[in-house]
Amino acid sequence: MSDGHAVVVGASLAGLRGAEALRRAGFAGTLTLVGDEPHRPYDRPPLSKAALTGAVAPEATLLPNLHALEAEWRLGIAATGLDRQARRIRLADGATLPYDRLLIATGSRARSWPNPAEAGLVGIHTLRGRDDAASLRRALAAGPKRVLVIGAGFIGCEVAASCRALDLPVTLIDPGPAPLARILGQPVGEIVAALHRALGVDLRSRTKVERLEGDASGRVVRAVLGDGSSVETDLVVVALGAVRNTEWLHGSGLDAGPGGIACDEAGHVLDTEGRPDRSIAAAGDVARFPHPLYDGRPVALEHWGHAVAQGEHAGRLLAGAASGAAYAEMPAFWSSQGSITIKSVGLTQGADSMVFAQGSPKEGRFVVVYGREGRCIAAVSFDSARWLPAYAERIAARAPFPPIRGGTDEHSLAVLAPDFPEERTAP
Amino acid sequence: MSDLSSPPTASPPLRVTVDLNRCQAYAQCCYAAPEHFALHGREALFYDPAPSASARLAIERARVSCPVQAIRVEEPR
Repeated sequence: MSDGHAVVVGASLAGLRGAEALRRAGFAGTLTLVGDEPHRPYDRPPLSKAALTGAVAPEATLLPNLHALEAEWRLGIAATGLDRQARRIRLADGATLPYDRLLIATGSRARSWPNPAEAGLVGIHTLRGRDDAASLRRALAAGPKRVLVIGAGFIGCEVAASCRALDLPVTLIDPGPAPLARILGQPVGEIVAALHRALGVDLRSRTKVERLEGDASGRVVRAVLGDGSSVETDLVVVALGAVRNTEWLHGSGLDAGPGGIACDEAGHVLDTEGRPDRSIAAAGDVARFPHPLYDGRPVALEHWGHAVAQGEHAGRLLAGAASGAAYAEMPAFWSSQGSITIKSVGLTQGADSMVFAQGSPKEGRFVVVYGREGRCIAAVSFDSARWLPAYAERIAARAPFPPIRGGTDEHSLAVLAPDFPEERTAP
Repeated sequence: MSDLSSPPTASPPLRVTVDLNRCQAYAQCCYAAPEHFALHGREALFYDPAPSASARLAIERARVSCPVQAIRVEEPR
Protein backbone atom coordinates (compact mmCIF):
# COMPACT_ATOMS: atom_id res chain seq x y z
CA MET A 1 0.00 0.00 0.00
CA SER A 2 1.04 3.59 -0.45
CA ASP A 3 1.44 4.48 3.19
CA GLY A 4 1.58 8.26 3.23
CA HIS A 5 0.71 10.17 6.38
CA ALA A 6 -1.60 8.90 9.10
CA VAL A 7 -2.86 11.36 11.70
CA VAL A 8 -4.56 10.48 14.96
CA VAL A 9 -6.47 13.39 16.50
CA GLY A 10 -6.92 12.68 20.19
CA ALA A 11 -3.88 11.51 22.20
CA SER A 12 -6.16 9.31 24.23
CA LEU A 13 -6.64 5.63 25.07
CA ALA A 14 -8.56 5.07 21.80
CA GLY A 15 -6.05 7.16 19.85
CA LEU A 16 -3.01 5.35 21.27
CA ARG A 17 -4.43 1.87 20.74
CA GLY A 18 -5.53 2.90 17.24
CA ALA A 19 -2.05 4.18 16.39
CA GLU A 20 -0.50 0.95 17.69
CA ALA A 21 -2.92 -1.11 15.61
CA LEU A 22 -2.02 0.86 12.48
CA ARG A 23 1.65 0.02 13.02
CA ARG A 24 0.91 -3.59 13.95
CA ALA A 25 -1.06 -3.97 10.72
CA GLY A 26 1.99 -2.90 8.77
CA PHE A 27 1.48 0.81 8.25
CA ALA A 28 4.99 2.14 7.50
CA GLY A 29 4.29 5.78 6.67
CA THR A 30 4.53 8.87 8.84
CA LEU A 31 2.37 8.82 11.96
CA THR A 32 1.38 11.91 13.94
CA LEU A 33 -0.67 12.05 17.13
CA VAL A 34 -2.33 15.34 18.04
CA GLY A 35 -3.58 16.02 21.57
CA ASP A 36 -5.07 19.14 23.13
CA GLU A 37 -3.57 18.26 26.53
CA PRO A 38 0.19 18.55 27.09
CA HIS A 39 0.33 14.92 28.32
CA ARG A 40 1.02 11.63 26.58
CA PRO A 41 -2.04 9.34 26.66
CA TYR A 42 -2.99 8.40 30.21
CA ASP A 43 -5.49 6.11 31.88
CA ARG A 44 -8.63 7.73 33.27
CA PRO A 45 -10.26 5.08 35.51
CA PRO A 46 -7.91 5.70 38.48
CA LEU A 47 -8.66 9.44 38.36
CA SER A 48 -12.02 9.11 40.12
CA LYS A 49 -10.78 6.52 42.63
CA ALA A 50 -7.15 5.89 43.66
CA ALA A 51 -5.98 9.31 42.40
CA LEU A 52 -8.51 11.09 44.63
CA THR A 53 -7.67 9.14 47.77
CA GLY A 54 -3.96 9.75 47.19
CA ALA A 55 -3.05 6.08 46.66
CA VAL A 56 -1.88 6.88 43.12
CA ALA A 57 -0.51 10.19 41.82
CA PRO A 58 -2.57 11.51 38.88
CA GLU A 59 0.60 12.01 36.83
CA ALA A 60 1.57 8.34 37.35
CA THR A 61 -1.25 7.12 35.09
CA LEU A 62 0.51 7.30 31.70
CA LEU A 63 -0.63 4.37 29.58
CA PRO A 64 1.79 1.63 28.64
CA ASN A 65 2.77 1.72 24.99
CA LEU A 66 2.19 -1.79 23.67
CA HIS A 67 3.74 -1.53 20.20
CA ALA A 68 6.57 0.60 18.80
CA LEU A 69 4.93 3.74 17.40
CA GLU A 70 7.71 5.80 15.87
CA ALA A 71 5.30 8.68 15.90
CA GLU A 72 5.48 12.43 16.02
CA TRP A 73 3.58 13.97 18.88
CA ARG A 74 1.84 17.34 18.67
CA LEU A 75 0.75 17.75 22.28
CA GLY A 76 -0.90 20.73 23.93
CA ILE A 77 -2.32 21.76 20.54
CA ALA A 78 -5.98 21.19 19.74
CA ALA A 79 -7.20 20.42 16.25
CA THR A 80 -9.52 23.24 15.23
CA GLY A 81 -10.72 22.27 11.78
CA LEU A 82 -10.88 19.61 9.12
CA ASP A 83 -10.75 20.25 5.36
CA ARG A 84 -11.60 16.93 3.72
CA GLN A 85 -11.22 18.20 0.16
CA ALA A 86 -7.64 19.28 0.77
CA ARG A 87 -7.12 16.45 3.31
CA ARG A 88 -5.74 18.85 5.89
CA ILE A 89 -6.24 19.38 9.59
CA ARG A 90 -5.99 22.84 11.10
CA LEU A 91 -4.30 23.15 14.47
CA ALA A 92 -4.78 25.75 17.19
CA ASP A 93 -1.26 27.13 16.65
CA GLY A 94 -2.12 27.99 13.04
CA ALA A 95 -0.26 25.05 11.51
CA THR A 96 -1.89 22.59 9.14
CA LEU A 97 -1.28 18.86 8.98
CA PRO A 98 -1.85 16.91 5.77
CA TYR A 99 -3.26 13.39 6.10
CA ASP A 100 -3.96 10.39 3.93
CA ARG A 101 -5.61 8.47 6.76
CA LEU A 102 -7.21 10.08 9.78
CA LEU A 103 -8.38 8.59 13.06
CA ILE A 104 -10.69 10.84 15.05
CA ALA A 105 -10.56 10.05 18.77
CA THR A 106 -11.29 13.42 20.34
CA GLY A 107 -13.47 11.90 23.06
CA SER A 108 -15.61 14.02 25.31
CA ARG A 109 -15.25 16.56 28.09
CA ALA A 110 -17.02 17.05 31.40
CA ARG A 111 -20.27 18.98 31.14
CA SER A 112 -19.84 22.10 33.21
CA TRP A 113 -22.31 23.69 35.60
CA PRO A 114 -24.88 25.43 33.37
CA ASN A 115 -24.66 28.85 35.07
CA PRO A 116 -21.27 30.27 33.98
CA ALA A 117 -21.04 32.82 36.82
CA GLU A 118 -21.66 30.11 39.42
CA ALA A 119 -19.36 27.67 37.60
CA GLY A 120 -16.58 30.25 37.95
CA LEU A 121 -16.69 30.27 41.78
CA VAL A 122 -13.56 29.03 43.51
CA GLY A 123 -14.11 25.50 44.79
CA ILE A 124 -16.20 24.23 41.84
CA HIS A 125 -14.62 21.25 40.11
CA THR A 126 -15.34 18.91 37.25
CA LEU A 127 -13.47 15.65 36.74
CA ARG A 128 -12.37 14.37 33.38
CA GLY A 129 -8.66 14.82 32.79
CA ARG A 130 -5.55 14.23 34.78
CA ASP A 131 -5.16 17.94 35.62
CA ASP A 132 -8.75 17.97 36.93
CA ALA A 133 -7.91 15.01 39.16
CA ALA A 134 -4.72 16.67 40.45
CA SER A 135 -6.63 19.84 41.28
CA LEU A 136 -9.48 17.95 42.95
CA ARG A 137 -7.01 15.80 44.90
CA ARG A 138 -5.32 18.94 46.27
CA ALA A 139 -8.69 20.36 47.27
CA LEU A 140 -9.71 17.12 49.00
CA ALA A 141 -6.36 16.84 50.78
CA ALA A 142 -6.84 20.38 52.15
CA GLY A 143 -9.73 19.00 54.25
CA PRO A 144 -12.94 20.65 53.03
CA LYS A 145 -15.76 20.99 55.56
CA ARG A 146 -18.24 19.30 53.23
CA VAL A 147 -18.00 18.10 49.65
CA LEU A 148 -21.10 18.43 47.49
CA VAL A 149 -21.28 16.11 44.48
CA ILE A 150 -23.91 17.08 41.90
CA GLY A 151 -24.99 14.13 39.77
CA ALA A 152 -25.19 10.49 40.87
CA GLY A 153 -23.91 8.81 37.72
CA PHE A 154 -20.79 6.66 37.79
CA ILE A 155 -18.31 9.52 38.23
CA GLY A 156 -20.40 11.24 40.90
CA CYS A 157 -20.87 7.98 42.82
CA GLU A 158 -17.16 7.12 42.61
CA VAL A 159 -16.17 10.60 43.79
CA ALA A 160 -18.62 10.40 46.72
CA ALA A 161 -17.27 6.98 47.72
CA SER A 162 -13.68 8.30 47.47
CA CYS A 163 -14.59 11.21 49.76
CA ARG A 164 -15.88 8.74 52.34
CA ALA A 165 -12.66 6.70 52.02
CA LEU A 166 -10.94 9.97 53.06
CA ASP A 167 -13.47 10.34 55.87
CA LEU A 168 -14.76 13.61 54.41
CA PRO A 169 -18.40 14.62 54.87
CA VAL A 170 -20.09 14.40 51.46
CA THR A 171 -23.55 15.15 50.09
CA LEU A 172 -24.56 13.51 46.80
CA ILE A 173 -27.49 15.13 44.99
CA ASP A 174 -29.35 13.91 41.93
CA PRO A 175 -32.77 14.73 40.45
CA GLY A 176 -33.35 11.05 39.61
CA PRO A 177 -35.07 8.52 41.88
CA ALA A 178 -31.84 6.68 42.81
CA PRO A 179 -28.13 6.71 41.93
CA LEU A 180 -27.31 5.06 38.59
CA ALA A 181 -31.02 4.40 38.00
CA ARG A 182 -30.80 5.75 34.47
CA ILE A 183 -28.32 2.98 33.56
CA LEU A 184 -29.24 0.16 35.97
CA GLY A 185 -32.94 0.81 36.61
CA GLN A 186 -34.62 1.71 39.88
CA PRO A 187 -34.50 -1.63 41.74
CA VAL A 188 -30.71 -1.74 41.35
CA GLY A 189 -30.47 2.02 41.92
CA GLU A 190 -32.08 1.51 45.33
CA ILE A 191 -29.34 -1.00 46.18
CA VAL A 192 -26.70 1.55 45.15
CA ALA A 193 -28.48 4.12 47.32
CA ALA A 194 -28.31 1.81 50.34
CA LEU A 195 -24.64 1.12 49.62
CA HIS A 196 -23.82 4.84 49.64
CA ARG A 197 -25.83 5.51 52.76
CA ALA A 198 -23.93 2.69 54.47
CA LEU A 199 -20.68 4.39 53.43
CA GLY A 200 -21.91 7.52 55.18
CA VAL A 201 -22.81 9.53 52.08
CA ASP A 202 -25.60 12.07 52.66
CA LEU A 203 -27.58 11.01 49.59
CA ARG A 204 -30.41 13.23 48.33
CA SER A 205 -32.29 11.67 45.43
CA ARG A 206 -35.13 13.45 43.61
CA THR A 207 -33.39 16.69 44.53
CA LYS A 208 -32.31 19.58 42.36
CA VAL A 209 -29.60 22.12 42.97
CA GLU A 210 -31.18 25.47 42.17
CA ARG A 211 -28.05 27.60 42.46
CA LEU A 212 -24.58 27.81 43.93
CA GLU A 213 -23.66 30.79 46.10
CA GLY A 214 -20.24 32.28 46.84
CA ASP A 215 -18.87 34.62 49.49
CA ALA A 216 -17.40 38.08 48.87
CA SER A 217 -14.08 36.54 47.80
CA GLY A 218 -15.78 34.39 45.17
CA ARG A 219 -15.48 31.06 47.02
CA VAL A 220 -18.43 28.72 46.94
CA VAL A 221 -20.16 28.54 50.34
CA ARG A 222 -23.50 26.88 49.75
CA ALA A 223 -25.89 25.22 47.34
CA VAL A 224 -29.54 26.21 47.39
CA LEU A 225 -31.82 23.29 46.61
CA GLY A 226 -35.13 23.07 44.80
CA ASP A 227 -37.14 23.02 48.03
CA GLY A 228 -35.46 26.22 49.25
CA SER A 229 -33.23 24.49 51.78
CA SER A 230 -29.48 24.71 51.41
CA VAL A 231 -26.29 22.69 51.89
CA GLU A 232 -23.22 24.45 53.29
CA THR A 233 -20.26 23.37 51.20
CA ASP A 234 -16.78 24.58 50.33
CA LEU A 235 -16.04 22.08 47.55
CA VAL A 236 -18.44 21.17 44.75
CA VAL A 237 -17.87 18.45 42.18
CA VAL A 238 -20.10 18.84 39.13
CA ALA A 239 -20.63 15.34 37.69
CA LEU A 240 -23.28 15.89 35.03
CA GLY A 241 -21.92 13.61 32.35
CA ALA A 242 -19.88 14.34 29.26
CA VAL A 243 -20.14 16.41 26.10
CA ARG A 244 -18.63 14.99 22.91
CA ASN A 245 -15.81 16.97 21.33
CA THR A 246 -17.09 17.44 17.78
CA GLU A 247 -17.14 21.25 17.47
CA TRP A 248 -13.84 21.25 15.60
CA LEU A 249 -15.52 19.26 12.80
CA HIS A 250 -17.99 22.06 12.06
CA GLY A 251 -17.83 22.82 8.35
CA SER A 252 -16.12 19.53 7.50
CA GLY A 253 -19.26 18.13 5.90
CA LEU A 254 -19.25 15.22 8.35
CA ASP A 255 -22.38 14.18 10.23
CA ALA A 256 -21.08 15.28 13.64
CA GLY A 257 -22.81 16.94 16.57
CA PRO A 258 -23.56 16.61 20.27
CA GLY A 259 -24.43 12.93 19.76
CA GLY A 260 -21.01 12.15 18.29
CA ILE A 261 -19.70 11.52 14.78
CA ALA A 262 -21.85 9.21 12.71
CA CYS A 263 -20.00 6.14 11.47
CA ASP A 264 -20.96 3.18 9.31
CA GLU A 265 -20.81 -0.42 10.58
CA ALA A 266 -17.12 -0.68 9.74
CA GLY A 267 -16.18 2.53 11.55
CA HIS A 268 -15.70 4.94 8.62
CA VAL A 269 -17.17 8.37 9.29
CA LEU A 270 -20.25 9.46 7.33
CA ASP A 271 -20.84 12.81 5.70
CA THR A 272 -24.12 14.70 6.03
CA GLU A 273 -25.44 12.79 2.99
CA GLY A 274 -24.70 9.48 4.72
CA ARG A 275 -21.74 8.61 2.49
CA PRO A 276 -18.67 7.06 4.13
CA ASP A 277 -15.29 8.80 3.88
CA ARG A 278 -12.94 5.85 3.63
CA SER A 279 -9.88 7.83 4.58
CA ILE A 280 -11.33 8.67 8.03
CA ALA A 281 -12.37 6.48 10.96
CA ALA A 282 -13.55 7.40 14.46
CA ALA A 283 -13.20 5.56 17.75
CA GLY A 284 -14.05 5.86 21.43
CA ASP A 285 -16.52 8.21 23.12
CA VAL A 286 -16.86 10.42 20.07
CA ALA A 287 -17.94 7.70 17.59
CA ARG A 288 -21.65 7.01 17.09
CA PHE A 289 -22.04 3.73 15.25
CA PRO A 290 -24.76 1.15 14.55
CA HIS A 291 -24.24 -1.75 16.92
CA PRO A 292 -25.09 -5.09 15.26
CA LEU A 293 -25.92 -6.64 18.64
CA TYR A 294 -28.67 -4.08 19.12
CA ASP A 295 -30.30 -4.21 15.67
CA GLY A 296 -28.05 -1.50 14.30
CA ARG A 297 -29.20 1.12 16.81
CA PRO A 298 -26.64 3.96 16.77
CA VAL A 299 -24.74 4.12 20.05
CA ALA A 300 -21.80 6.15 21.36
CA LEU A 301 -20.17 4.40 24.30
CA GLU A 302 -18.05 6.04 27.00
CA HIS A 303 -16.42 2.82 28.14
CA TRP A 304 -12.73 2.07 28.69
CA GLY A 305 -12.83 -1.32 26.96
CA HIS A 306 -14.71 0.17 24.03
CA ALA A 307 -12.01 2.83 23.55
CA VAL A 308 -9.43 0.03 23.37
CA ALA A 309 -11.40 -2.29 21.09
CA GLN A 310 -12.78 0.34 18.73
CA GLY A 311 -9.42 2.15 18.64
CA GLU A 312 -7.72 -1.08 17.57
CA HIS A 313 -10.47 -1.80 15.08
CA ALA A 314 -10.17 1.69 13.55
CA GLY A 315 -6.38 1.35 13.31
CA ARG A 316 -6.72 -1.91 11.39
CA LEU A 317 -9.44 -0.41 9.23
CA LEU A 318 -7.27 2.57 8.25
CA ALA A 319 -4.34 0.24 7.57
CA GLY A 320 -6.55 -1.64 5.14
CA ALA A 321 -6.42 -4.75 7.31
CA ALA A 322 -10.03 -4.94 8.52
CA SER A 323 -11.72 -5.54 5.12
CA GLY A 324 -14.76 -3.50 6.10
CA ALA A 325 -15.96 -5.96 8.75
CA ALA A 326 -18.53 -4.56 11.17
CA TYR A 327 -17.31 -3.56 14.61
CA ALA A 328 -19.33 -5.65 17.02
CA GLU A 329 -17.45 -5.72 20.34
CA MET A 330 -19.67 -6.57 23.32
CA PRO A 331 -20.07 -3.39 25.43
CA ALA A 332 -18.65 -3.78 28.95
CA PHE A 333 -17.72 -1.52 31.85
CA TRP A 334 -16.84 -1.61 35.51
CA SER A 335 -17.04 0.77 38.43
CA SER A 336 -15.95 0.47 42.02
CA GLN A 337 -17.93 2.21 44.73
CA GLY A 338 -16.23 1.88 48.05
CA SER A 339 -15.27 -1.78 48.20
CA ILE A 340 -18.07 -2.95 45.87
CA THR A 341 -17.30 -3.68 42.23
CA ILE A 342 -20.06 -3.22 39.67
CA LYS A 343 -19.55 -4.72 36.24
CA SER A 344 -21.70 -4.85 33.17
CA VAL A 345 -21.87 -6.55 29.79
CA GLY A 346 -24.27 -5.59 27.01
CA LEU A 347 -26.43 -2.45 27.06
CA THR A 348 -29.32 -2.02 29.48
CA GLN A 349 -30.91 0.78 27.47
CA GLY A 350 -34.38 -0.20 26.32
CA ALA A 351 -34.73 -3.16 28.72
CA ASP A 352 -38.36 -3.98 29.52
CA SER A 353 -37.66 -6.49 32.28
CA MET A 354 -34.97 -7.73 34.66
CA VAL A 355 -34.29 -10.62 37.03
CA PHE A 356 -31.89 -11.21 39.89
CA ALA A 357 -30.33 -14.29 38.29
CA GLN A 358 -27.55 -15.16 40.76
CA GLY A 359 -27.09 -14.29 44.41
CA SER A 360 -29.28 -11.68 46.05
CA PRO A 361 -29.15 -8.08 47.24
CA LYS A 362 -29.29 -9.44 50.81
CA GLU A 363 -25.97 -11.24 50.30
CA GLY A 364 -24.52 -8.07 48.76
CA ARG A 365 -23.42 -9.94 45.66
CA PHE A 366 -25.63 -10.74 42.72
CA VAL A 367 -26.08 -10.71 38.96
CA VAL A 368 -29.01 -8.91 37.34
CA VAL A 369 -29.96 -9.87 33.80
CA TYR A 370 -31.91 -7.41 31.66
CA GLY A 371 -34.30 -8.46 28.91
CA ARG A 372 -36.05 -6.85 26.01
CA GLU A 373 -38.83 -8.51 24.05
CA GLY A 374 -37.88 -11.93 25.43
CA ARG A 375 -34.12 -11.73 24.76
CA CYS A 376 -31.20 -11.19 27.12
CA ILE A 377 -29.61 -7.81 26.35
CA ALA A 378 -27.41 -7.03 29.37
CA ALA A 379 -26.10 -8.37 32.67
CA VAL A 380 -24.78 -6.44 35.66
CA SER A 381 -22.83 -7.94 38.54
CA PHE A 382 -22.19 -6.65 42.04
CA ASP A 383 -19.10 -8.44 43.37
CA SER A 384 -19.90 -11.41 41.12
CA ALA A 385 -17.74 -10.76 38.07
CA ARG A 386 -16.96 -14.40 37.37
CA TRP A 387 -20.53 -15.00 36.22
CA LEU A 388 -20.42 -12.29 33.57
CA PRO A 389 -18.56 -14.06 30.73
CA ALA A 390 -21.28 -16.74 30.69
CA TYR A 391 -23.97 -14.05 30.40
CA ALA A 392 -21.96 -12.19 27.75
CA GLU A 393 -22.20 -15.33 25.63
CA ARG A 394 -25.96 -15.47 26.14
CA ILE A 395 -26.33 -11.81 25.17
CA ALA A 396 -24.20 -12.33 22.04
CA ALA A 397 -26.40 -15.32 21.14
CA ARG A 398 -29.58 -13.28 21.80
CA ALA A 399 -30.60 -16.04 24.17
CA PRO A 400 -34.17 -16.09 25.53
CA PHE A 401 -35.05 -13.99 28.58
CA PRO A 402 -35.43 -14.85 31.41
CA PRO A 403 -32.13 -16.77 31.16
CA ILE A 404 -31.74 -20.35 32.54
CA ARG A 405 -35.16 -21.88 33.22
CA GLY A 406 -35.77 -25.07 35.10
CA GLY A 407 -32.28 -25.70 36.47
CA THR A 408 -32.61 -28.13 39.36
CA ASP A 409 -30.63 -25.85 41.67
CA GLU A 410 -32.44 -22.73 40.57
CA HIS A 411 -34.76 -20.64 42.65
CA SER A 412 -37.65 -19.26 40.63
CA LEU A 413 -36.78 -15.96 39.05
CA ALA A 414 -39.10 -13.03 39.69
CA VAL A 415 -39.30 -10.83 36.62
CA LEU A 416 -39.21 -7.15 37.60
CA ALA A 417 -39.63 -3.89 35.72
CA PRO A 418 -36.39 -1.88 35.46
CA ASP A 419 -38.32 1.41 35.81
CA PHE A 420 -35.75 3.59 34.13
CA PRO A 421 -36.44 7.22 35.00
CA GLU A 422 -37.14 9.67 32.19
CA GLU A 423 -34.09 11.07 30.45
CA ARG A 424 -33.00 13.86 32.72
CA THR A 425 -32.51 17.39 31.53
CA ALA A 426 -30.59 20.04 33.43
CA PRO A 427 -30.03 19.36 37.16
CA MET B 1 -5.95 2.93 52.14
CA SER B 2 -2.46 1.72 51.34
CA ASP B 3 -0.15 3.89 49.31
CA LEU B 4 0.41 2.20 45.97
CA SER B 5 2.75 4.85 44.59
CA SER B 6 6.36 3.86 44.10
CA PRO B 7 9.03 6.11 45.60
CA PRO B 8 10.73 8.16 42.88
CA THR B 9 13.89 6.66 41.43
CA ALA B 10 16.39 7.78 38.84
CA SER B 11 15.32 5.47 36.00
CA PRO B 12 11.90 5.91 34.41
CA PRO B 13 9.14 3.74 35.85
CA LEU B 14 7.35 0.82 34.26
CA ARG B 15 3.90 1.52 32.86
CA VAL B 16 1.14 -0.82 33.98
CA THR B 17 -2.52 -1.01 33.16
CA VAL B 18 -5.05 -3.67 34.05
CA ASP B 19 -8.09 -4.42 31.93
CA LEU B 20 -10.60 -4.39 34.77
CA ASN B 21 -13.30 -5.71 32.44
CA ARG B 22 -11.26 -8.90 32.19
CA CYS B 23 -10.09 -8.98 35.82
CA GLN B 24 -12.04 -11.50 37.87
CA ALA B 25 -10.25 -10.89 41.15
CA TYR B 26 -8.29 -14.13 41.30
CA ALA B 27 -5.74 -11.97 43.14
CA GLN B 28 -2.69 -13.80 41.81
CA CYS B 29 -1.07 -10.41 41.10
CA CYS B 30 -1.56 -9.46 44.75
CA TYR B 31 0.53 -12.48 45.78
CA ALA B 32 3.11 -11.99 43.02
CA ALA B 33 3.66 -8.28 43.66
CA PRO B 34 1.94 -7.31 46.91
CA GLU B 35 3.52 -3.86 46.95
CA HIS B 36 1.90 -2.95 43.64
CA PHE B 37 -1.45 -4.75 43.52
CA ALA B 38 -4.10 -4.83 46.25
CA LEU B 39 -7.68 -5.99 46.42
CA HIS B 40 -10.22 -3.81 48.22
CA GLY B 41 -13.27 -5.78 49.19
CA ARG B 42 -13.96 -8.85 47.07
CA GLU B 43 -13.22 -7.59 43.56
CA ALA B 44 -11.93 -4.00 43.50
CA LEU B 45 -8.32 -4.19 42.29
CA PHE B 46 -6.12 -1.18 42.99
CA TYR B 47 -2.72 -1.14 41.35
CA ASP B 48 0.34 1.00 40.90
CA PRO B 49 0.34 2.25 37.29
CA ALA B 50 3.98 3.38 37.53
CA PRO B 51 6.09 0.90 39.53
CA SER B 52 9.79 1.67 39.75
CA ALA B 53 12.05 -0.15 37.32
CA SER B 54 13.50 -2.14 40.22
CA ALA B 55 10.12 -3.89 40.57
CA ARG B 56 10.39 -5.30 37.06
CA LEU B 57 10.61 -8.96 38.11
CA ALA B 58 7.72 -8.79 40.56
CA ILE B 59 5.54 -7.03 37.98
CA GLU B 60 6.45 -9.61 35.34
CA ARG B 61 5.53 -12.36 37.82
CA ALA B 62 2.18 -10.67 38.35
CA ARG B 63 1.58 -10.29 34.62
CA VAL B 64 2.23 -13.93 33.75
CA SER B 65 0.36 -15.29 36.77
CA CYS B 66 -2.89 -13.52 35.89
CA PRO B 67 -5.35 -16.30 34.94
CA VAL B 68 -7.28 -13.99 32.60
CA GLN B 69 -4.19 -12.15 31.25
CA ALA B 70 -5.55 -8.72 32.15
CA ILE B 71 -2.23 -7.01 32.95
CA ARG B 72 -0.32 -4.97 30.35
CA VAL B 73 3.19 -3.70 31.02
CA GLU B 74 5.55 -1.41 29.18
CA GLU B 75 9.18 -1.56 30.23
CA PRO B 76 11.24 1.63 30.16
CA ARG B 77 13.27 2.08 27.00
